[in-house]
Formats: sequence, structure tokens, C-alpha cells
Amino acid sequence: MATAPTSEAVTAGTGTPPPGGKTRASVNIPRIVLYVILGLFCIYYLLPLYVMLSNSLKPLNEITSGGMMALPSDWTLAAWRSAWSEAQVGVAATGLKPYFANSFFMVIPAVAIATLLGALNGYVLTKWRFRGDTILFGLILFGCFIPFQIVLIPMARALGFLNISGTVSGLIFVHVIYGVSFSTLYFRNYYAAFPTELVRAAQIDGAGFFTIFYRILLPNSGPIAVVCVIWLFTNIWNDFLFGASFSDFDSQPMTVALNNLVQSSTGVKEYNVHFAGAIMAALPTLFVYIVAGRFFVRGLMTGSVKG
Amino acid sequence: MGFLDIDNVTKSYGAVKVLNETEISVEEGEFLVLVGPSGCGKSTLLNMIAGLEDVTSGDISINGRRVNDVKPAERNIAMVFQSYALYPNMTVRGNISFGMEMHGVPKAEREEKIAKVADLLQITNLLDRKPGQLSGGQRQRVAMGRALTRDPDVFLFDEPLSNLDAKLRVDMRTEIKKLHQKLGTTIVYVTHDQIEALTLSTRIAVMFGGNVQQLGTPQEIYDNPANMFVAGFMGSPAMNLLPARLERVNGAMCAVLKVGDGSTITVPFPRAEDLTEGADIVLGIRPEAMTDPEGADRDSNALTETELPIDVVEPAGSDTYVTVALGGKDAIGRFRAHNPAKAGQPARFTFDMAKAVAFDPETETRLA
Repeated sequence: MATAPTSEAVTAGTGTPPPGGKTRASVNIPRIVLYVILGLFCIYYLLPLYVMLSNSLKPLNEITSGGMMALPSDWTLAAWRSAWSEAQVGVAATGLKPYFANSFFMVIPAVAIATLLGALNGYVLTKWRFRGDTILFGLILFGCFIPFQIVLIPMARALGFLNISGTVSGLIFVHVIYGVSFSTLYFRNYYAAFPTELVRAAQIDGAGFFTIFYRILLPNSGPIAVVCVIWLFTNIWNDFLFGASFSDFDSQPMTVALNNLVQSSTGVKEYNVHFAGAIMAALPTLFVYIVAGRFFVRGLMTGSVKG
Repeated sequence: MGFLDIDNVTKSYGAVKVLNETEISVEEGEFLVLVGPSGCGKSTLLNMIAGLEDVTSGDISINGRRVNDVKPAERNIAMVFQSYALYPNMTVRGNISFGMEMHGVPKAEREEKIAKVADLLQITNLLDRKPGQLSGGQRQRVAMGRALTRDPDVFLFDEPLSNLDAKLRVDMRTEIKKLHQKLGTTIVYVTHDQIEALTLSTRIAVMFGGNVQQLGTPQEIYDNPANMFVAGFMGSPAMNLLPARLERVNGAMCAVLKVGDGSTITVPFPRAEDLTEGADIVLGIRPEAMTDPEGADRDSNALTETELPIDVVEPAGSDTYVTVALGGKDAIGRFRAHNPAKAGQPARFTFDMAKAVAFDPETETRLA
């Protein structure tokens, strides 16, 4: 009975044996419905990416003539080139290139410093306990919950006082301060599950405070460091508010420059260039996720299961 | 002055005193075991010797030098931890050489020592593995190897065998003893296992509630426990602690014990000769001093034979343990294997009262 009618297959799918008394492989309607729905959602979520990609690869007249959803008929990288090095951003026609570099000059030191300081904090808070350490940890955690807007004016004053306002260093400073709260949280919880006997053994072996940190703890912190780096990199790279508030024309990060690119286009809106610029701005975080993503999940698990 | 002196040392965490005034003097080459149940202060004491915890009051000196304020690395000690505490990111070789590296030992000398220690502990073929790739017993050896390279004044062991399975534990116990006989280094060893304490040590400090209850050779501790805690803690099965009364019969001091059925037995107890007649005592008698008549120690001068009803018979291979009701408690006697004794039936017992001790029921200290 290989040619079973569909109605029978449906009853088979819901668990009642078919009248013939024989169960057999048949088309599973609920499953098909499920995949169709999932497929529709998938398309729905990927649609913006499709629009961005396809429009960034076509000349402007194809977009303005109403072909927004169509694939490019005339494939070109002109918009990418323009967004990268030619487009008018703010007052100068430099493209996004210098600001892309600014973002890297900001994000790499900020992530590195915040991660290292967080690791050091976590080490002290778990392995060199002192009176009031939980209160101190609570206060550091508090930093995770302070909205950015609240600190804008005090921070502007502080940066002015330190004479680093309007510079990349100033942005690094701000992001390190915010990043340390999160990285401390991550590393403290990770190190809480780290065997204290190892630290004691190293002490007896003659290792000092910093030697234990970089010879024993840091080499065993891979998973949590990856989590921390992904988190900080994504947040700092994507930050707009601090970038817009504390930078000058020559120290603007990518996000602010992208905004200026879209705002400052004179005359016709060059949508294709805007799309290309937006994709460029998103590429580094995407790259970090793809390269380190599997460690991200593993790292989160390591911290929680052991703790 | 001993080699390792613990002089009136105490430890408090805030208002909580975890170790009361402790006085132990260890001679060079001794194997001192600190034994006791969890929370008795034995690990705290060991950590203070290592310098991992501060001394609240009193002095610790090693080899004639007061070390209270000396850092762990400079006390010339080595320590083996319960979890082995091997650095997971380093190879076995790296683990063993780390301490020497920290002390500035030149590379050639380090290599030489690693080779020597690896040979001694038979871990040469493991030198390039990571700790994660080793079994429990192998990790244990590496941890000992790491300690051995230091040529320390004192070895400290913190329950080193408790993470191993039963068979391996017995093997490693023998190896540690061999190592001590070979090297003759002073060892302080913490355990909660009384068998380890008895088998390994030259002297034992039995600890409970932050106090050293008794300090002595394994023989002294086993034969003449200072109090009822030591009597109950050391030995397996534990010493029977049975309420009894002292009475003089025909001029000889005897212990009178209630039997399960309400009658009493009277056993001559020459050791209690100097105690007060009519006093209530707790009679401490080890299972091997309550045997079947043929199993008794015929050299003893205080044997008494009597018949008692047996409640439980537990064959244990090499011996058979029998339980009888004595003095209102379950008393365990040790019969030879393949004994015809049956539960519910009476059997002949021989008491070796030369090995029995008497405790004061109030203070729990030993009277005779």
C-alpha cells in the first residue's frame, strides 16, 4: 500500500494506526507546515540584509527608479568604493576609511585594557579576599546598570580635566571605565570556580602576586576571555552616544561617521553608498562573532556550570 | 627545641577560635600525622605551618628559625594538596620545574633534578603530558615529584590520598612510607583516616574541637587512648566503650558489666587496682581483646572466659565480628574466621583485661 491517500497519512501522523493496520513512512504535514513557517521567518529576518547587499551593489538610478527589491541589473562596486574613500563625511570628502581606523584605534586598546583590568579585579576579588570585598564587587557591578546618558556631563568635565576630550584616548578612557564593570563580573565569577589550591601551590613554589596571575590564572582563562572580548568589542564598536558626545572631527568613530555620511549627503540621497557604509560598519562585529562565536557559548557554559 | 616547633599556637577567625593553644615539637626525620574529624583544626594548623594562613598567637619555628612572618616560599617547605593542585596549562615537566624556576635554579640543574625525581617516582614517560591526561594515581605522583625537587626541611601533606580509590590509596600509602624511609625528611601529614595515621606515622596528634587530644606514638595512642574521643576515633571497628562498675571480689578489683538479659558478669580488672571501689567507669575494650577462647593472646596474664548470647555475626573474611549486648551498649568482639558462632546462640568469650582501659564517665579521660 505505497500509494496511501493523504487523509490516511494525516491520521498516521497523529498517532492513530491506519485502517490497513500497517504503519509506513509517509508525508508528515505538520512538519511541512513547520518548515514553511520557519522558512518564512528566515526570509523575513534576512530581508534587510538582502536589501542592503543588493542595493549597495547597484547604481543609484536603479534604486531611484523604484527597483529597490530587485537584484542589481548592472553589478558595480562603485558605491563601496565611494563609501570607503570618496564620499562626503561631515566637511571632508574622505569616505569612511579614516573613521574605520579611528574605531579600531579606539576599540582594540579599550577591549584589551578593560579585559585585563577585569581579569585582575576578578583575581583579587576571589583569590586575595579582603575585608569589604563583596561590597566593593557590588559597587563595581553597579557600573553595569548606570545608563550612559547620566554620565555624559560629568564625563565631559572629567575628560576636560584630564585634557583628553575630543581624542581617541578620551573615548578609550570612557569605554574602559564602562567595560571594567562587565569584565570584572565575568572574571570574578569564572575565578570563583578556579581552584584556590592552585594559587596556594604557586605561592609555596615561590610565585608572587603578578607571577601567579599571568603564569597560572591567565593561561587558564581562555573561554571567559573570549566571552569578555566579544561582549566588549560589540558594545564599544557599536557605541554611538559616547562617540557622538566625546569626539572631534578627526577622532570620530565609525558609527558617528556613518551617521554623518547619511546626514551630510548634499542633493540626491546616495542610498547605495549609505547601504555599503552600513554594511562596512557591521562587518567587524560580524567577523568577531563568526570567528569566536562557538567559544562564546562554550565560555558562558563553563562559567555557569562550574560555578 | 625540636626541628619543627609549634609553640602555644592559636588561630581565630574574628571571634571564632578554631585552634586552641597547641604545643607540638617534631624531631628531624619524624613522620607526624595530624588526624581528626572535619573541622578539628588539623588543616588550619598545617596551613599555618605552610604560611598560607597567619598565626593568631604563638610561634612556629622550623630548623631553629621563627617563621611566623616568613613567606611560604621562603620557609623551605613543600606541600602536597588534596586536589594535587597541578597547573593545568603546564606539562608535567613544567609543573615540576615551576618551583625551581621561581627560585632561580639554573636550567641545567632543573633538568637534572626533574630527571632524578621522575625516575624515583617512575613518571619519566609522563613528563610531556598535561595533567588532564593523567589518572588520579599519576597526578598524585607528579604532585609528590613537584614537592620532592625542593629538598625541603619539612614536607606537608594535606589529605593527599583522599581523592584516590580504595586500592590505589593503599598502594600510595605504602609508597609514601617507602619514600619517607628512603629520604628521611620530616613530614607533617594531615588525614581524617585513622588507618593512614596508624600505618604511616612515627607520632600521631589526634585532634578534636581545636585541641590536640593526645600526642604519642601509634602504639601509645592505640593501646592507651587519653580519653574516650581518642578511644572511639582510632581503630576499626572502634574500641567498645561500656558502662561498668568497679567491685572488689575476693580481694581482686573487678569490672561488673550488665548483659543483655539483665544478669551481670564480673571480670577481674587488675589495671584498675588503684581506683576507688564502687565507682562507675566506662570500660574501654578493643574488639581484639574480646575473642573466642582459642583466639585469645595466651601470653596475657588477665584472661577471663565467660559465656555471652550473640546478637549479630558479621563474617569479614579474615575475621568474624560478633555483636553482644554489654553494659547497655552493643559490644563488638573479634573471632577468628570460620567460627561456628551463630546469632541468637550463646558463645564462649575470652576477655583480655590487660588490654582494657577505664575512663571516667564524667570527664571522659582515662583513669587506668
